[in-house]
Amino acid sequence: MIPAAFEYHRPQDMAGVLAVLEEHGDDARVMAGGHSLIPMMKLRMADVPHLIDLQDVGGLSDIEIGDDSIRIGAMVTQAAIIDHDGLASAAPILREAALQIADPQVRYMGTVGGNVANGDPGNDMPGLMQCLDAVFTVVGPDGERDIPARDFYEAAYMTAREDDEVLTRVTIPLPKGGYAYEKQKRKIGDYATAAAAVQIVKEGGTCASAAIAMTNLSDTPVFSETAGAALVGTSVDDAALKAAVAAMLDDIDPTEDNRGPIAFKKHVAGVILRRAIERAWSRA
Amino acid sequence: MSNKMHIKLKVNGKDEEFLAEPRELLIYTLRERLNITGPHIGCETSHCGACTVTIDGKSVKACTMFVAQASGKDITTIEGLGGPDDLHPLQTAFKEHHGLQCGYCTPGMITRAAKLLEENPNPTEDEIRFGMAGNICRCTGYQNIIKSIQAAAAEMNASKEAAE
Repeated sequence: MIPAAFEYHRPQDMAGVLAVLEEHGDDARVMAGGHSLIPMMKLRMADVPHLIDLQDVGGLSDIEIGDDSIRIGAMVTQAAIIDHDGLASAAPILREAALQIADPQVRYMGTVGGNVANGDPGNDMPGLMQCLDAVFTVVGPDGERDIPARDFYEAAYMTAREDDEVLTRVTIPLPKGGYAYEKQKRKIGDYATAAAAVQIVKEGGTCASAAIAMTNLSDTPVFSETAGAALVGTSVDDAALKAAVAAMLDDIDPTEDNRGPIAFKKHVAGVILRRAIERAWSRA
Repeated sequence: MSNKMHIKLKVNGKDEEFLAEPRELLIYTLRERLNITGPHIGCETSHCGACTVTIDGKSVKACTMFVAQASGKDITTIEGLGGPDDLHPLQTAFKEHHGLQCGYCTPGMITRAAKLLEENPNPTEDEIRFGMAGNICRCTGYQNIIKSIQAAAAEMNASKEAAE
């Protein structure tokens, strides 16, 4: 497989990245680990006359755990998330999800920034970030701006990031309570048939708050506010689980593909969400 | 469009310099330009792991990296781990424990396994299965690959202890 020819840029700082983006507009794209973009370029489904490799831009690979939030640089790899002890205790759902992404070789290269910025409905981090109410910081010619993960995704590969902007970091409010990232896939390395991210706070045997987001069940990740609301105030009993699953099923919009017909995907989504809620609740 | 770049790599300890188009995939650079044919082209779509090499301490599928990205990096292939007269313990173990049949996946398997054992010198069977999940073998059913990696781990740990 031979991708179309391109001009390769490896700027040493963000100003250099933005300069190339400004000069070439739509013809330029940034690349982090490249494990989404390169396969698309090999298939000639992505045409990138000017490829900007971010590997030499400093300051994008830090993980900082603060008193009330976690900041993860766009170039932090899935492998770095898995290996980070502080993160494993501050936000264990990140590690649980990262371990279910692709395979070891891909996790050494694949980054958080690439995963969330690409806008592929199959990627796991977008739904996870919506569950955690993360904020994405992008930088462009007019400086930085923050975009909530829940407002970021517009359609498959279409996001609120403008073409001349670069996603530089993800900020996550310190998660509270129990968590689970549950994913059904056909094999290692596959995208989800259905995946659910759940974070639940329990107070005295009752669910005080719940956030639920689903992956690969629509052309964007689906943050299901009603599914979370169905659990709040309950003891997360069978009736509450059924109500949450029913609410989630109203919000998703899966399409038929080689992972199965729509009815199957809805069935799997229900099973996966139920498991995720039960596990998150048991940890809350 | 011909836009060749000046590329510098270190492969198995040897410095290499040449001009190449940035779009050249690293696996082709290794096999066709540098004649390092240990890393194989299996699926060429980031799935099978036959092209696995080690780049700056990470296991990487060489079909999913442009040579331009690899410029300046230190690369180890199966050839850098051991040769016919000086087999790496993993190569010996794969030979002794029948960890291969056709052998096509083996260079990638062993290169990945070497990195796995570096990170986790004493892996459980589950850890081996999880750590090797990016490498596909269509012959063995994996059973003997796992045995081989366990045997190599034991051998490497024993010789490390003996050295200390």
